Parts: sequence; C-alpha cells; structure tokens
Amino acid sequence: MTARTLFDKVWDAHVVHQLPEGPALLYVDLHLVHEVTSPQAFEGLRQAGRRVRQPALTVATVDHNVPTGDRAAPIADPIAARQLEALAANARDFGLELFDLRSPQQGIVHVIGPELGLTQPGMVIVCGDSHTATHGAFGALALGIGTSEVEHVLATQCLVWSKPGTMEARVSGALPPGVTAKDLILALIGRIGTAGATGHVIEYTGEAMRALSMEERMTVCNMSIEAGARAGMIAPDETTVVYLAGRPRAPRGAAWDRAVAKWRELHTDSGATYDKHIELDASEVAPQVTWGTSPGMVTPVTGRVPSPADFTTDAEQRAVTRALEYMGLAPGTPLEGLPIDRVFLGSCTNARIEDLRAAARTVRGRHVATGVRAMVVPGSQQVKAQAEREGLDRVFSEAGFEWRNAGCSMCLGMNPDVLQSGERCASTSNRNFEGRQGRGGRTHLMSPPMAAAAAVAGHIVDVRKWAGELAAR
Amino acid sequence: MMEPFVRHTGRLAALARANVDTDQIIPKQFLKRVERTGFGPALFHDWRFRPDGSPNPEFELNHPAARGATLLVAGENFGCGSSREHAVWALREYGFRAILAQSFADIFFANCCQNGLLPVRLLPQEIAELFRRHQAAGGEYQLTVDLEEQRVHDGLGFRTTFSMEPYRREMLLHGLDEIGRTLRFEDRIGAYEKGRA
Repeated sequence: MTARTLFDKVWDAHVVHQLPEGPALLYVDLHLVHEVTSPQAFEGLRQAGRRVRQPALTVATVDHNVPTGDRAAPIADPIAARQLEALAANARDFGLELFDLRSPQQGIVHVIGPELGLTQPGMVIVCGDSHTATHGAFGALALGIGTSEVEHVLATQCLVWSKPGTMEARVSGALPPGVTAKDLILALIGRIGTAGATGHVIEYTGEAMRALSMEERMTVCNMSIEAGARAGMIAPDETTVVYLAGRPRAPRGAAWDRAVAKWRELHTDSGATYDKHIELDASEVAPQVTWGTSPGMVTPVTGRVPSPADFTTDAEQRAVTRALEYMGLAPGTPLEGLPIDRVFLGSCTNARIEDLRAAARTVRGRHVATGVRAMVVPGSQQVKAQAEREGLDRVFSEAGFEWRNAGCSMCLGMNPDVLQSGERCASTSNRNFEGRQGRGGRTHLMSPPMAAAAAVAGHIVDVRKWAGELAAR
Repeated sequence: MMEPFVRHTGRLAALARANVDTDQIIPKQFLKRVERTGFGPALFHDWRFRPDGSPNPEFELNHPAARGATLLVAGENFGCGSSREHAVWALREYGFRAILAQSFADIFFANCCQNGLLPVRLLPQEIAELFRRHQAAGGEYQLTVDLEEQRVHDGLGFRTTFSMEPYRREMLLHGLDEIGRTLRFEDRIGAYEKGRA
C-alpha cells in the first residue's frame, strides 16, 4: 500500500462517494451547531420538508452572542434573545442535544467538544465556524463551513468537498520559557502570511509539537484558519489518549481499547509526501504581538512597528499604511511599553484551564494597572468550575480582573463585551481585524501570560523578563 | 432557489484592498438575524458609514460612479476570516453578481458558490489591469463575466479566461439545490452508515 499522510487516512475513511465532477461526499462524524450560523439552515430544512439525518451526531450549544455576566438576568438584547430561542426551538423540533445557558456544560463550541470527549481522533468534524480547525489537535479532520453547508450536513450527514492540498509544518526544537503555543502559531502565520495555506490542510509535525499538551495543540490548530488553511491536524499520541481517557463521551471498556488501537494507526507513514512544506525552530520563537489589523501583521515583542517602506509591493504598503492609521501607531514605535486600556483573556484560542493557570501565575499577588479594565472569560462553564476549584477566580478577582461566565465574548464582540473606539486591547483571541472587538477598537493579539502581564504593567511587556520571579513562585 | 449564473454584464466597482475579511463585509452586530435577508443595507457597514451613520464619501462603493455596480474587483485573499455566510448574503442583496480577485479564502469561496455569487480567480496581472482600466475610465467601466464560456471581457480589448471546478460550475449555471443533488446518492450514504455500524 502506498504511504499516506494522516490527512489521507482520515479522508479515505470518510469518502461515501467520489463525484465524477471533482468533489467527494465526505461523511461527517460530528456536527457542532451554534446559534449564529444555524437558524437559516434549520429554516431551509423546514421549507423543504427535510429532517436531520443523524440527530445523534449533531450537538448544539450557545456561545457567540451570549452575555457573560449574570446568568439569572434576562438577556437585554431582544435580537440576541431571539437567536437563542430559535436554537432552542430548532433543537427541540429536530431532536438535537443542546447545551444551553442553564447547562453546566455550556461553553464555546470548540472548548466543550474536546472537554466532553465528543472530539476524537480520526473523525470528520464540522461546524458553522471557522475555528473548527481547533479539533484537528486530536488528529480529526475538522473544518469550518458556511450556513448552506450546515443545512447540507444536517440533511445528508455529508459534506461536499474537493480534496485539498496538504502542507507539513514541521516544528523542531523546544519552546523557550515564557514562550507559548500561541507565540508559535503567530510566528508561523507571520512567516507564511494569512493566505499561506489557502487550499491546504496543515499537518503540524516535529518534536516541538509532540511536546505540547492537548490545550497547546488546540491553540495551534485553532489558528490554522488565520494562515488560510481550512483545517490543521496533529497526529494523536499518548498525550491525546491520556487527555481523552474517562471523558464523558469518550468510548469505554472494550470500545475504548478498540478505539485507541485505531487511533494509533493515525499518523503519516514514512515516505508519504505533502504538497507544501515549511520548517520552524521553536527554540528561536519569542513572544509575539500583532501590530496591525491582520494576524500576519505580527512581530516579536522586542520588535518595532514597521514602516510601509519596509514592504515591497504597492498592495502591502497600502495595507500597512491603512493598518497603522487604524491602530494609531507610528512606524518605529517599540511594541514593548505600548500603553493599553483593556485586556481580554478568553476565546476558543486561549480560554482553557491551562491558559487560565498560566495567566493566573503571572498576575498572582499583583494588581491590574490603574486605568486598565481586564476581563477573564473562561472557555466553558466546566473550565470556569475547574478554575474556581483551584482558586484561580480569587487570584484574578484580587488582582482586579472581572471573572465572567463562558462565551465567545469580546473575541468577536457580538455580546455586550466590546471595546470603545480608540481603546487599545491586549487580547488572547485570534483576530485583530478592524472593528473585530468593537468599532474603532485596537486589538493586539498575544499569549495569555503576555496579556496578563500587560494588564498588570498597563503596557505591553516582554513576559520573559518576569521569568526569574515567576519561576521562584 | 439559487439564481443561476450564466453570464452577466455590469458595472465594475473596485476595492483595491487585500485581505478583505468577512468582519468588514458584514460586521458582527448584524449577525443576529435569523433570516437570510436584510443584510444588504449593512454591507461593509463600518467602512461605508461614518460613526454618525452618514455615508463615508471616501469609501469606494460610495463614489458616484460605483452606484449600481454589480461586479467587484478586489485585492488578494478576499473573504478571509470568519465563515459567516451572511457576508455573501450581504454582497448578493446589495446587488453584486460576481467578485473578481487573485485569490479567495476557502470557506468564502464555497459560500459564494452556494448563493449564485460567482467568485472569479484571475492572475495578478489581470486583476491589476482591471484596476487600471477601471481607474482610467473614471469608474465608468463595464465588464462581462461569462461562466458558460469561462471568460471575462470588456469589449475593449480586455479578454481572459478563468477556471471553475465542473461540479460548482454546473451548480451555478443551473441554480441547483446541492442537497437535492447529494440525495441522489442517498443509498450510498445509507450503505456507508451500515458499513460502519
């Protein structure tokens, strides 16, 4: 048999039918649904008199527009409330499991899938959200889809997809202290650009990836879309198996043993080839901070804001000029020392328990700087509960952070958590687009320890300089 | 169902920006609707309107010559970011039938094909030539996009071809319902499910 990549193996196992005109019908093992990109899909089913083909493979939650304040209070925004009611009605009418605002398992769809053990190696997973790539950390083929495709998957349990190319991102070495998976993926995006992997699925390989925890792997895969890839994957290994063991929806008993045996086959064969290839040395990565309005506009924290003249093409120069104007930054400004107004610790990229622990270690015994408003939004109610068991909520609260309920929150600003125009935010989220966190808001993407340190200092700092002190704790 | 796209002649609007993300095309405050309609007025909202709600005269689509445009030429990696199909619904409702760019983000490209909005990939020098011709004509520039022939021309010497996967081309040409198309293979889906059980 010919040598195959991890991607090939998952793809081949899910082809229901190869259409002569190009794409394949690919079977979907898990369809995650949320309130914002699904109402039109359910309406389409109703109008056509169609049902959901596999309700048991479809799981719904609310995350994008939910308030993160008091859960007992009614939702102030009537349009947001209508969307939540629509999902509840659709789940009821079509027989789907729903983790709603009252559920202790509610949370960001890409946080709850893995923590419930719904996400498993070798699956094809889809969701009407581009950060579905997150689940690829388990060796699943997971991708974001549009609402029409959501409707298609609901009705047929299949996705129509033309086989994409493959790209290997091989990461050697080890991350230095103070440098995280977030810095690694930002550095990669900075290198290949936001369209560097368009039309491809990335497989992250190499000793640096093997050394990462599941939470860190999810952070890396999550931002594959910011490099243009619809999906990112990491082959499952012992770390994956240990993470999944005993999760509520993971297989049990003999089924578990069979599943683990299958998962162990999910790796790229030696001799298999990729269409594209990039190498990165983790030991050379520094903490990253974005300076512009695209995740590729990123530099090590020791760097300076570039000048349009540093770029070659007209299009790049125009983009940089525009980005600097929007961000209110002059060329040559050092990133370190840049004052910030807000801090957001959250999102499907960086709101898992390890992220909160890393941020809490940074702020313990310190206090948020005067004039800075800082917020922690756990990725799920379970992450929140775990953090509270560990006393992290008190660490954050005593340091002056707001401690919230789970949701997407200020990552996309659909709920009441938004930046005011001109406010500068250190954010652990994934997109620094114009207006993403609120019209006129200025987002700097960075890791949880970097954002936590910025909250304390009141400006962007190189968290590595705190390393000696942090290690002593 | 979806309006078929065979060929279309219309006025071209130009947006000389790269990496136009779907957050710009339709900002998040407009994603709370549960219908597929009502997004056109919010297209490019934060670029198109000033904070006081008045039209921003600097924005490309607000130029008088861009009024009534049905074709859009834009920079590379158009439609990157969020998977929100609302971006495509907004572009369609505003009146666009086709977008021409050097490259599109994958999810956006797929969403376009689901809604009769034709995404046309051209070479960088062809996109540059369209921008040049658009500017030289003071924005009064007409173009024909022909999916049947897979050609773009302006009747004034600009003429090129583009490729489109046969599956998607078929769907766009005839405005096919993709679910109906897939359900022709329902027996195979059933057999696959049985084989796994």
